[in-house]
Amino acid sequence: MPRRPPCILIAALLGLTLSGCGGDSDAGGNGRLTVYSGREEEIVEPLFQRFERQSRIDVEVRYGESAELAATISEEGEQSPADVFFAQDAGTLGAVAREGLLERLPAETLARVDPRFRDPDGRWIGTSGRARVVAYSTDELTEDELPASIWGYTDPRWKGKIGLPPTNASFQAFVSAMRLSEGEARTRTWLEGIKANKPKFYEKNLPVLEAIASGEIEVGFVNHYYLYLLKEEQPSAPVANHFLRAGDPGALVNVAGVGILEGRGNTEDAQELVDFLLSTEGQRFYATTAEEAEYPLVGGVKPRKGLPPLSELSGPDVRLGELGRELESTLELLNELGYTS
Amino acid sequence: MIAGGPGRRGGPPVALSAAALTAVALVTLPLAYLIVRAASGGSRAWSVLERHRTLDLVLDSVGLVVAVVGAAVAIGVPLAWLVTRTDLPGRRLWAAAAALPLVIPSYVAALALLGAFGPRGMLQGALERLFGVERLPEIYGFPGAVFALTLSTYPYVFLLVAAALRGIDPGPEEAARLLGRGGLDVFRRVTLPLLRAPIAAGALLVALYTLSDFGAVSLMRYHALTRAIFLQYQTLFDRRPAAVLALVLVLLTACVLLLESRARAGSYTRSAPGAQRRPTVTPLGRWRWPALAFCTAVVGIFLAVPIAVLGYWSAQAADFGQSLSIEWGAAVNSLIASLLAAAAAAAAVLPVAFLAERYPSFWTRTLERASYASNALPGIVIALSLVFFAANYGGFVYQTLGLLVFAYVVRFFPQALAAVSASLRAVNPRLEEAARGLGRSPSAVLFSVTAPLVRPGVLAGAALVFLSAMKELPATLLLRPIGFDTLATEIWKFTALGSYSRAAPPALLLIVLSAPLVYALTARRGSQLATPG
Repeated sequence: MPRRPPCILIAALLGLTLSGCGGDSDAGGNGRLTVYSGREEEIVEPLFQRFERQSRIDVEVRYGESAELAATISEEGEQSPADVFFAQDAGTLGAVAREGLLERLPAETLARVDPRFRDPDGRWIGTSGRARVVAYSTDELTEDELPASIWGYTDPRWKGKIGLPPTNASFQAFVSAMRLSEGEARTRTWLEGIKANKPKFYEKNLPVLEAIASGEIEVGFVNHYYLYLLKEEQPSAPVANHFLRAGDPGALVNVAGVGILEGRGNTEDAQELVDFLLSTEGQRFYATTAEEAEYPLVGGVKPRKGLPPLSELSGPDVRLGELGRELESTLELLNELGYTS
Repeated sequence: MIAGGPGRRGGPPVALSAAALTAVALVTLPLAYLIVRAASGGSRAWSVLERHRTLDLVLDSVGLVVAVVGAAVAIGVPLAWLVTRTDLPGRRLWAAAAALPLVIPSYVAALALLGAFGPRGMLQGALERLFGVERLPEIYGFPGAVFALTLSTYPYVFLLVAAALRGIDPGPEEAARLLGRGGLDVFRRVTLPLLRAPIAAGALLVALYTLSDFGAVSLMRYHALTRAIFLQYQTLFDRRPAAVLALVLVLLTACVLLLESRARAGSYTRSAPGAQRRPTVTPLGRWRWPALAFCTAVVGIFLAVPIAVLGYWSAQAADFGQSLSIEWGAAVNSLIASLLAAAAAAAAVLPVAFLAERYPSFWTRTLERASYASNALPGIVIALSLVFFAANYGGFVYQTLGLLVFAYVVRFFPQALAAVSASLRAVNPRLEEAARGLGRSPSAVLFSVTAPLVRPGVLAGAALVFLSAMKELPATLLLRPIGFDTLATEIWKFTALGSYSRAAPPALLLIVLSAPLVYALTARRGSQLATPG
């Protein structure tokens, strides 16, 4: 993304629209895409740069928090300047899709990814996977001391030692998945059991890991890739990931994904970007370059060394696209049991 | 209030009323948005009030406001007195240093305080090495939230009170002293009652800031009303219940405004336009040492500690071999947007303040009070309301620098208003009347008499807006032109990844760039917030 702050500044000062600015890429087709990205600039900017070089399409990216960008898109309505929405989680994409703002993706695009990682209605598609794990303190524990399943953490042995982010979208998706695969009653019992162990609550995943590193807690229910972000900042932090076995509700794999906004008249360019994100090159990015070692979702692209293959992490038998509808009941349950109130 | 004096010939000029009305209508746009959203939600949206145990949240927020206002007054008022009225050694420097925490964004303040005093923070690390201390008292929750928000807000009280102390007529104090009262007694019995208005104004800004804050309370894991609002956006993607909860915040604002009016009713205004005299200096004597200890403690904890933590994180970045690049582009963007916001806010508050102070009536006071309505709203609510209006009805304005500047004006209008109103109140209206009597037209009086006298107040108000705009994040994220990075968005970019080592340098740069202005704000003699030159 070539940066032209002075140009932007002058245009803005004069009150011109930004589309009048940056004249080197010229007319003739659209050649320009506006992306709203809830994924962090530090992580995905190189990906957009590669796409720009390859496609000769100019990409302008508004970075923000996924949920806030979703709210922005809804408020903008028809007038939204966004062509593409690149989001941190399936829930956010689902919310925008439910408002009827996302276009149906072509079948051959959808076919690149396993059905459990995309919208059953075809309005968004996962671009990278994030596995739920139990992160643990290597100072206090060895991996074989950890319960084999997420059910084991209701044991009183874990009293005061568990950390989790109850308001975080990926934690809530995990509870929704548990409700779908194991039923309401079992989920409630598990949540009550965990609550009885007096867990510590954090705002997001990363603070959970920081708390493990600092000895505040011993285990945390988080996404796998935050470990890599923590190590970036504290290379010797005594924290490791424990992947749960297949079928365990604690082994859910969630996605970050992408959708195309409806009726923008720029669908071809937008489609080209989506196809790039799902191309072998776009997928290999997660395995090799990205700071977060997320899972590539397209068949044949291997994950970062040291990660168990995606096929071993089948998790509970649920489709991510169904989780959005469950969210409200999940929140009520969490609220009732004192997780979010 | 008393200052305006009734009995002006005729009502206010139409142009003045129109300008004030337009300004207030524009800054209350978010309120209109909330009403639209809440009304479209039906009974389902309103049921959020029961589901979320709203009363508990309100009580928690009120508790936080009471504690933060109390702490800010307890710190701000004595500090202001020490640096303006005593022979405290180095008081110019203390004055600037004590105001500087104003420029630290509250989410950065909270992160830095956690880094210093949190579990396994630097303090605990040091104590463990020395004395084997393994745990510190829990910082999370209420204490941490009060701690971080006091850091961000006590400078409001300090600045407004210090300015008033420099400005008020020293006559009554001298009289009391002549009657044999001691220094502390004079302060308690004479000076403090004179300070009711600036303390109330400062407390109002503190209360509104505390109500609207999300960054610090979420990092400190305190359940305040703003957190419930964010939950609605973040997890349910439903803007209607969020709007209902935000309206509860507006109601709280109304209560705070009422309290503030009560608190300052009947307070003193400078009555004579006579030449300004320098107030007498109270010698501290052997109280100098406790006074110095107090200043050291405040500046140490609220300024030196955060800066030290940020410095430590920056140094870590070097250890990790990350290149330390300074974001000059972002710094320039921050400066430009904040300067424009400061100028626009100062211009926008003038008619509102002038109307309310010079033509006091139920309507003009109500108009002035109404301009506070959006100030307790979290930035995200204001940002979304402007997204809604600008994208759908604003035409080319959307996603321009102009809209961002407008958002800053909406958010920080009351800060400029407080400063400008205070300085207008201190100008004796008889001066203006005399000029009118000598045949000048109302507008000529405004430009040749009033404007020069309130200039310091306008500058001070603009400076407060500038400093707030420099650190603003939520509205900046959603409303900036694409690619328009500011220092605040640079900090966010890295804290979102948990990379404090890379977030620290732009945070330090933000403090360094703001510092000269804070120094100018505190060090200028005889031309401060509440005084005519």
